[in-house]
Amino acid sequence: MITTTIVIAVLLILAILFLLVRIQTLISVMKGSYEKRVGSSNKLHATLFIIFLILGVFAFFWLSSVASQDYLPEASSIHGVRTDRLFWMTMGILVFAFLVTNVFLFVFAYRYQYKEGNKAYFYPENHKLEVVWTVIPAIVMSILVFFGWTEWSAITKPEPKDSEVIEVMAQQFSWQVRYPGPDGKLGSHSFKLIDATNTFGLDFSDDASLDDFTPPELHLPKGKPVLLKIRARDVLHSVFLPHFRVKMDAVPGMPTKFWFVPTKTTKEMREELGNANFNYELACTEICGRGHFAMRFVVVVDEPEEYEAWKKSQKPFADMNAEYVKDFIAIRSGETTNTPIEVENAREEMSDIVVTDSLAGKTDALEQAADTLDAESGDAQAN
Amino acid sequence: MSTATHLNEHLSHLHDSHDDHDHHELPWIRKYIFSEDHKIIAKQYLLTGIFWAIIGGGLSILFRLQLGFPDADLTWLKPLLGDWIGSDGKLDAEFFLALVTMHGTIMVFFVLTAGLSGTFSNFLIPLQIGARDMASGFMNMLSYWFFFLSGVLMFISLFLSTGPASGGWTAYPPLNALPQAVLGSGTGMTLWLVSMAFFIVSSLLGGVNYISTIINLRTNGMSFLRMPLTMWSFLITAIIGLLAFPVLLSAALLLIFDRSFGTSFFLSDIYIAGQVLPNEGGSPVLFQHLFWFLGHPEVYIVILPALGITSEIISINSRKPIFGYKAMIGSMFAIAFLSFIVWAHHMFVSGMDPFLGSIFMFLTLIIAVPSAVKAFNYITTMWRGNIIFTPAMLFAIGLVSFFISGGLTGIILGNSAADIQLHDTYFVVAHFHLVMGSASFFGMLAGVYHWFPKMFGRMLDEKLGYIHFWLSFVGIYLVFFPLHYTGIAGFPRRYYSFTGFEFTQKFTDLNMFVSVAAIITFGAQFIFIFNFFYSMFKGRKAPANPWNANTLEWTTPINPGHGNWPGEIPTVYRWPYDYSKPGAEEDFIPQHIPYSQTVSSNFPHENDKIKEEGSLHG
Repeated sequence: MITTTIVIAVLLILAILFLLVRIQTLISVMKGSYEKRVGSSNKLHATLFIIFLILGVFAFFWLSSVASQDYLPEASSIHGVRTDRLFWMTMGILVFAFLVTNVFLFVFAYRYQYKEGNKAYFYPENHKLEVVWTVIPAIVMSILVFFGWTEWSAITKPEPKDSEVIEVMAQQFSWQVRYPGPDGKLGSHSFKLIDATNTFGLDFSDDASLDDFTPPELHLPKGKPVLLKIRARDVLHSVFLPHFRVKMDAVPGMPTKFWFVPTKTTKEMREELGNANFNYELACTEICGRGHFAMRFVVVVDEPEEYEAWKKSQKPFADMNAEYVKDFIAIRSGETTNTPIEVENAREEMSDIVVTDSLAGKTDALEQAADTLDAESGDAQAN
Repeated sequence: MSTATHLNEHLSHLHDSHDDHDHHELPWIRKYIFSEDHKIIAKQYLLTGIFWAIIGGGLSILFRLQLGFPDADLTWLKPLLGDWIGSDGKLDAEFFLALVTMHGTIMVFFVLTAGLSGTFSNFLIPLQIGARDMASGFMNMLSYWFFFLSGVLMFISLFLSTGPASGGWTAYPPLNALPQAVLGSGTGMTLWLVSMAFFIVSSLLGGVNYISTIINLRTNGMSFLRMPLTMWSFLITAIIGLLAFPVLLSAALLLIFDRSFGTSFFLSDIYIAGQVLPNEGGSPVLFQHLFWFLGHPEVYIVILPALGITSEIISINSRKPIFGYKAMIGSMFAIAFLSFIVWAHHMFVSGMDPFLGSIFMFLTLIIAVPSAVKAFNYITTMWRGNIIFTPAMLFAIGLVSFFISGGLTGIILGNSAADIQLHDTYFVVAHFHLVMGSASFFGMLAGVYHWFPKMFGRMLDEKLGYIHFWLSFVGIYLVFFPLHYTGIAGFPRRYYSFTGFEFTQKFTDLNMFVSVAAIITFGAQFIFIFNFFYSMFKGRKAPANPWNANTLEWTTPINPGHGNWPGEIPTVYRWPYDYSKPGAEEDFIPQHIPYSQTVSSNFPHENDKIKEEGSLHG
């Protein structure tokens, strides 16, 4: 019913438009508009361009001013303050060029509109002028390149030796972070070791893994260089810390990194913004599927002492998954040939069997599971 | 030169003898469907381009509904989108990604490459250089039908139950290689890849034709430096395409292999959907290099024809020669050359070696210079002109404004240190929609308004054209200018919603405003669609040279038939920009008027050419 109404409405509108166009054309023919070289509307467009220019410039300044209230706060990193400065200085030059060229464009459109009896000026070329407006932009570009290059080199040079190293791992659709723990070394890992428990694919036969911890928030020390070692375990993601002006893609199969120095604690930001609930955030900026827009991770910047205290209070992943690690090490040291998944499944089978009433039909499974575990513990006992 | 003359004569003899035996009429299907006439093929490209523009634009309205009105109940869209609207009235998040992916793919390739280059290169090249048709009518026909085929496949993909490709028009693996990563990477992506392969074939077939025709089939007297700038732009565009598209094809093939034949060109170290994948050794960054090796020249393939068309239209409607004809050619060559060595400015934060970042930043900022020269030349062409605001001229002026506004922000994005914060945010979206999307779209519209009389023998309605222009021009600025601000505020691209983060809890009103502006601007395009089809049948009959232009296409009959000129092809004596020449009777002197007939306006060196005129002809 509604569809029919809509269809009829559309057809009626088309019919009206059709008639309007016919009528308007006929009127123009009667008025003799088509005999003239240029119609009366020519002046209208010239004027409209000027009106557009004035309103447009006005709207530009107004919107820029209003929108600036909703920009990100001042950068919370050393390099961020500098790249922001580079951005705004470049914008200054660009806005100047934007205004000047558009003004010329629209003022010329108005000023040189068709006038009966006027003749255009035959001016096919001026090599000197071409050189001038090639060289000036070239010089401006060179200056921008130079400043941009010094900034880029500073940002991408190798991290300071005393950097805090933190691993950030991306997956569909969340972030995980790993700290090296007291030994200061991140344990080795392999994607082949990833499973439901060992989400990082950590190799627990590497002692360095045993004190790594994986907190639910990314904590950073104020004033100290932080190196993020970034990876992804399924598709491309990208680490974006908007307040710190940090961005680096997370690539499956190719570790990437970005180092920076946080300069404002979360507490300081909360005061600066007058928002007690403010938190730094980590967002994904490389399309990664359904949950791309929802990969949020809270980032906290602490005073250095608070940060050290926080680190000490964290429990290593290995401690919180002791059984798993034990099995892992046993398997890895060649004592059994079961993979972690098989051991896990065997455990589940065992607990299933204990819980259910009926043992009928479960004997084989029971024996199998028992064998697996026996092999394990037997080997462990042998040690 | 003599070879070209010889070839041209040979062809014209062939066609002349063709026309003599008029009983040799082609069946309707060979005349209008599987046609080898460049004018019919051009119209086929145009109609298909319009079709895809409506779809591509419509897709953008759908996702702008989501972005502007995130809390809205979209159940009313169920008749169109079926289960992609959930029972809660919300658009499916994966389908949202499919919408942005298909919008990008359709607009960049089908509308602005095929629809723009395909239409105008095909239509104008033989007409403006003085040839009977393209060098190979058969290859030309094939190029359209491969495009059509690629379109059919892409169209089908829109209706799959798993949806069309949804990993971004940039198609990065592993997301686009693994069906388990996102729905659209199943059959949707397979169809996307096959469709793109056919599209590339179509572009290559077309490009080869354009280049051979321009080089070989120019009429007597049409030296390279007497060609209109449209010809130069189509020639250079075709050369870029020939060199760049094969690399995209190779990237697509390697991706097909990774998807279906177990290879690991782009895949390594992946654990997904509970499974460790066996692929090792591949790099997603390799795909990005291959993709952008085409991807960057592609944006120049999109904009150069529009710039060529603008040169013509601004010059004609200012009644002045284009300022700096040689500089315009030189800048196009510079842009074409540089376009091949800047691709990795799309990859500053991809994890590639930062040293490459420095190199590509340096090269990228160089390319701003020839682009600036072009903009200055357009403006100087208008200086002291006698400007007539035909709808085409309005769109050409609008193009210059968009090109400047959008091009300038490219300078920031090209600066790698500044790009860190802006990459993959709405700042990039604003940039390319202004400089490429809107500017080229306006170039396409300007071209249609300008050459409609030549294509259909009738005039488009002016008043509807004026309304279409002003609504579109203002509307596009209202849509894309605000996005710069959300980009500066860090809003990431391809986000289904901004409610998940504190730092994006802003600009809600602005986003709503942008969506409303987009809906109105999209609606305004239907004024054009109406005008286009109405005028094709009921428009005022066109005069032979409605814009008082100098170029050769206006010397054919109003409805040019097969072979374009019924008799001999005109000989060309001068460049196409003798507008308002001092001493001339009228404010234009067409290219085929010899110097011997315009003694009052000849420059001294032109008077010297009068002696040679006898030998040129025949």
